[in-house]
Amino acid sequence: MTVGERVAAGASPAVAIARRLVIFVVSVGVASVVVFAFMAVLPGDPAQVALGVNATPELVEQTRQEFGLDRPLVTQYLDWMGGLLTGDFGTSYVTKEAIGPQLLDRLGVTLWLVGAGMLVALLLAVPTGIVAAVRHRKPSGVIVSAASQVGVAVPAFLAAIILVQVFAVQLGWLPSGGWTPPAYDVGAWLSGLILPAVSLGLVQGAVLTRYVRSAVLDVQREDFLRTARAKGLRPYPALLRHGLRNAAVPVVTVLGLQLATLLVGAVVIERVFVLPGLGSMLLDAVAARDLLTVQSVVLVLVVGVLLVNFLVDVLYAVLDPRLRRS
Amino acid sequence: MAARRSALSALASAAVLAAPLALAGCTAGSTAIVAGGPSTLAVGFTAEPQNFDFTTTDGAAIPQALLYNVYETLVKIDSDGEITGGLAESWDVSDDRTVYDFHLRDDATFSNGEPFTASDVEFSVERVKQDWTISLQSGMDVVDRVEVVGEYHARVVLSRPSNSWLRAMTTRIGAMFDPSGVADLANDPVGTGPYDVESRRRGDAVVLTRNPEYSRPGSPRPEPDYRTVVLKYYADATALNNALLSGGIDVISGVTAPDSVPQFEADNRFRVLQGTTNGEVVLAYNNRRAPLDDVRVRKALTYAVDRKALLEAAWGGRGELIGSMVPPTDPWFEDLSGEYPYDPDRARRLLREAGHESLRLNLRIANLPYAVSSAQVVAAHLKKVGVTVDIEPLDFPAVWLQQVFTDGDYDMSIVQHVEPQDITTFGDPEFYWGYDSERVQRLLTEADTAPPREYIADMRRVARTLSDDAAANWLFLFPNIVVAKNEVRGLQANQVSESFDLTGLRRQEPS
Repeated sequence: MTVGERVAAGASPAVAIARRLVIFVVSVGVASVVVFAFMAVLPGDPAQVALGVNATPELVEQTRQEFGLDRPLVTQYLDWMGGLLTGDFGTSYVTKEAIGPQLLDRLGVTLWLVGAGMLVALLLAVPTGIVAAVRHRKPSGVIVSAASQVGVAVPAFLAAIILVQVFAVQLGWLPSGGWTPPAYDVGAWLSGLILPAVSLGLVQGAVLTRYVRSAVLDVQREDFLRTARAKGLRPYPALLRHGLRNAAVPVVTVLGLQLATLLVGAVVIERVFVLPGLGSMLLDAVAARDLLTVQSVVLVLVVGVLLVNFLVDVLYAVLDPRLRRS
Repeated sequence: MAARRSALSALASAAVLAAPLALAGCTAGSTAIVAGGPSTLAVGFTAEPQNFDFTTTDGAAIPQALLYNVYETLVKIDSDGEITGGLAESWDVSDDRTVYDFHLRDDATFSNGEPFTASDVEFSVERVKQDWTISLQSGMDVVDRVEVVGEYHARVVLSRPSNSWLRAMTTRIGAMFDPSGVADLANDPVGTGPYDVESRRRGDAVVLTRNPEYSRPGSPRPEPDYRTVVLKYYADATALNNALLSGGIDVISGVTAPDSVPQFEADNRFRVLQGTTNGEVVLAYNNRRAPLDDVRVRKALTYAVDRKALLEAAWGGRGELIGSMVPPTDPWFEDLSGEYPYDPDRARRLLREAGHESLRLNLRIANLPYAVSSAQVVAAHLKKVGVTVDIEPLDFPAVWLQQVFTDGDYDMSIVQHVEPQDITTFGDPEFYWGYDSERVQRLLTEADTAPPREYIADMRRVARTLSDDAAANWLFLFPNIVVAKNEVRGLQANQVSESFDLTGLRRQEPS
């Protein structure tokens, strides 16, 4: 049951949100155990990977001890959790660097990417979805609708490869990859962000278009909108003034789900565009069997997804005044 | 009216989408985190260093970035495989070949301002024996002691003559450190080389800038031409190619997608250099396990694979057939690629002789492009002589190291062996080849202590014996393919050392 439904069912908003918070915290705890257990059964010995071929078994054993891999799994888990609770992610035994600052750095890149991707998706989906709905019986509406169908079928990485070929390799307008921090050079940062954000946003935008369209179609059939039209308002102003807020509730639900998809999609897109985000951090760490780093990144991603779901729940109450009264 | 309005709104949304694109057009091209310009060079690589400490972390990526560029060695290896002077201007070897007197440059300084002297040689060599954990460390076992004879005169005394030692001193174990510069090797390397690590952005780039302490008057290159070198890391081969095509980088250090080379060759903005590496792509046989413990079976499998066709199909014909564990830049190289000509009938006969009408073998390979495409050809060719092959790609390095390398649980494997002089691994019966030959072990020991001329003859004998025993199937030598913008000069075609040597690079103004 969402926060909105709880409030509607008579609970006070504070209690409902507190309930969701408890569920959120428990989910994070369970996720941490699952993530840790998964790392423990992953084949491949981190010490062996660090030492490479020709290492003697004694040396591998000694390195395992240095990495703390010889301790019981429960101790390793408790150590890790203990550190996390005090905000200490530990030091990677592969890179010999503190994981926390690394994570923050990488998270910044991924959040820019996901945020920009979402923006592209919204800029694409809201206008086209509305047009497709209002004109759903006319050829132009059908064409928009069909185009979005095609967009849904194109994977983000394929869109990325095509965009790079056209805009970076052939036309040379944009870099084919790489990342410049915005604090260093805003222009270079923006130009580096465009292709990844568009590749990520195009597909999500196409998916979202279909939801916006059906949400708007539903709203159009409502009595209050018919009344607005009867009052003499033209289709678009009527929709803008009376319909959009109502259409937004289901769209926000989908948006929340899509944010999770975007986070996962970002992993692949970061690889294609060589962006130093969480995704590339995760893949590099998996290859080097840097288990502590892998654990931390996966946990951050899981917490991110849970957090988005939590926020979407809270957002319902804001969007729908009927669910807001106390 | 309605139709026009909807068209308008579609246009408007298109404009919203296009605006950032148009805006960005002005700033395209600058992907590095430092300012570009003629004194900056950006080089693309595929494998990123996990950290900067090659004394405890193995792998090719760290020495590739740091050796010769940040850290220097007493002796270097040039692109023809010859040993030349580095921090040592010259050296003398005693008649019994156990005492090496190194005469050092007196103008070398570490990037922390400390001068380089003979006591640093003592410190660095001792440190390899005591503190290094990577396996290459054993190359220093033969050193008995180091004496500081004068400020710029270091004497290394070996416990027995060793031909391989001086050669090993050109690799990372010969790198010279400063006692006050080893506190944080993983993050802050301190060397005497022309470059210093300025910054790194993990998952993206390492930025090297000119070491202000570096100046070698009288040498062919008193100062590096490029003030800043950005080493950019691309996990994906296509992304690496695109970066050069779109101007994001100036050089591709090594192309790993051979089918992309023709597009560079056809483009007059670029130059393509193709040479050799130390990387033998080996079809390993588990010599310890039946039926591959039978030399007839190993020979049969070696006759059954058409390596010329394999190289063509798997790697676009780029690379060399060598037939042994010896790259052409080693002084004892001998072309043994004709020893097992493609002969499926002979293979079938040998298999029948060994009592096998049909066989089923697993092929546990590294999940890397060259291994996957080679494995498919191997499986197809072996099928023709009645051997069914089950290809199992394993996550490299982690799972491959565990299952094949450490546990020795495999029949056949394909992986590229990149270490210099790795033919010596056949002298270790515990190595994953499972190859235990007294003759080879004896020859290797003799070779290392023999006078230089016999050394070469002995090493040739080792290579020949391995070939006669079909100890493995050397599929091909991995090519070194460097692609660069025309104005970048001084690149080496052959990758002989562990370093991507930046010291000789220079920019030629387009005429």
